[in-house]
Amino acid sequence: MSALEGASLNLDLTATTIFVALFLLVAWLGFVAARWRKADLNLLHEWGLGGRRFGTIVTWFLLGGDLYTAYTFIAVPALVFGKGAMGFFAVPYTILVYPILYLVFPRFWIIAHERGHLTAADFVGDRFGSRLLALAVAVTGILATMPYIALQLVGMEVVIGALGFPQGGLLSHAPLIIALLILAAFTRASGLRAPALIAIVKDLLIFITVIAAVVVIPAKLGGFSAIFAAVPQERLLLTPPGGESLGAYSAYATLALGSALALFLYPHSMTGVLSSSSGNVIRRNAALLSAYSFVLGLIALLGYMALAVGVDKDPAYAAGFGNFGPNFAVPALFLASFQSWFVGIAFAAIAIGALVPAAIMSIACASLFTRNIYREFVRPDCPKAEEARIAKIASLVVKLGAVVFVLTLPHVYAIELQLLGGIWIIQLLPPVLLGLYARSINAAALLVGWAAGIGTGTYMAATQGLASSIFPLAIFGVTIPGYAALYSVLINFLLAMCLSPIVDLLTRRSATSAAR
Amino acid sequence: MTDKMQQRQWRRYVPRLLLIPFAVVLWPPLYNRIEPEFLGVPFFYWFQLAWILVGAVCVWAVYALEQRGKE
Repeated sequence: MSALEGASLNLDLTATTIFVALFLLVAWLGFVAARWRKADLNLLHEWGLGGRRFGTIVTWFLLGGDLYTAYTFIAVPALVFGKGAMGFFAVPYTILVYPILYLVFPRFWIIAHERGHLTAADFVGDRFGSRLLALAVAVTGILATMPYIALQLVGMEVVIGALGFPQGGLLSHAPLIIALLILAAFTRASGLRAPALIAIVKDLLIFITVIAAVVVIPAKLGGFSAIFAAVPQERLLLTPPGGESLGAYSAYATLALGSALALFLYPHSMTGVLSSSSGNVIRRNAALLSAYSFVLGLIALLGYMALAVGVDKDPAYAAGFGNFGPNFAVPALFLASFQSWFVGIAFAAIAIGALVPAAIMSIACASLFTRNIYREFVRPDCPKAEEARIAKIASLVVKLGAVVFVLTLPHVYAIELQLLGGIWIIQLLPPVLLGLYARSINAAALLVGWAAGIGTGTYMAATQGLASSIFPLAIFGVTIPGYAALYSVLINFLLAMCLSPIVDLLTRRSATSAAR
Repeated sequence: MTDKMQQRQWRRYVPRLLLIPFAVVLWPPLYNRIEPEFLGVPFFYWFQLAWILVGAVCVWAVYALEQRGKE
């Protein structure tokens, strides 16, 4: 533990001052946002969806700030840093996200707009006429998002730690708790308008940081060839299939496809989509958001730059790696490569990068709870103002839950739950997709498929000790390692499709026999 | 008249452009190699980064073609 104490007196004053100043700026923006496009924030669709009035540009900033989370900026390069080429799956993943967004979600937006749906559970419940299915969608969404919020806080904790705040002890948690209280206050006051406005600052800071990093660091290190030369040969490419296994190829492709299919099922992505002002805003953004994908690809390469700089061997960062593992790679790289004032900007970019998705996620969870649990099962006749009031309280509870979780339990739980969350959320694909194109599917069959998908997916991850979501599926003597989410949603989908006509037949027969 | 119908026929296939990125990036044998390098970056990396842009062009092309169809 002496390494921890060694880090306790290294607070970087210049970086911290800039960090705090930028943080206060966005906190102020968060409160001012209540007056932006002023409307009655005691209505849930105004508070939680910004009145569905965001045009192409605001939606671009909002969705970009929402989908590319602080944890992404930390974890993707950490994966590349630790595992090499496999970690680069984030790139094909973001390539595939946008064709899916283009094909599916403008239609979703139109139906949701016409029928007044505020959440995916509203949509599914209405399309299939099933309260139970809507409940399943709402609960899945909330459970999958909670650990995601916790990981945003972990991302924030990593950069706060890297600024040199003392680690360990109750006082060390103070910065995170203060940040969270500010977040809770402006989310309550301004709803989705706050992260929408803050996202503009966040995205500008991220773009500045990443562009500086890919210009300055390779120049220092002697070009990209020097950076890639520092990567161990066996990690530079995917391991080709050998023997009876498809090896890394199937894992890479299924991770990319499964993650892409799951992304827009998350409640916070739905919120971003539904708050836009038209289907064409979504279509245009499906092309324009690729700018963020490109930045993400460059961020992934920061993992190799960290290897080339050798931050893991530098004793100055040993304490950080001890506390945060490979997630410390990018903060250490910035500390090693930039002057203090720019470290402040870069770290603020990551911390503010956590605020935007955390706010949207908590708003999305709160909407799900209020619309699909509270109003549906507790107080069906609740007035509109009460709906918004309950949502504001729920979003507070969600955030407090996340901070207690992060501060009291080991981070590995949040990471494991987030891994499970990805497997759970993709189970909403059949109800959402079929709700758009094939409403005649039986709701009970969808519910059985959902349960089977959650069950098999969770089982697959459990066999890997929750350390990996890659399940070695063996068929006819060939092992096909693949993303458990994709395998389990396939079971879900097939089961729902096969059961639907059978359930229909049974219920029709019992209905006719009852009529006799 | 037949010209218009032909145009409409042709337009129905436009969204299929969006399948191209799937076919390419989900087939790792296509790009899992070092050579040719570009500015010192192995093929595996620059090829996938380049496909982010190609993917965006595909989406924008479909959008532009569909919008023209509506006018």
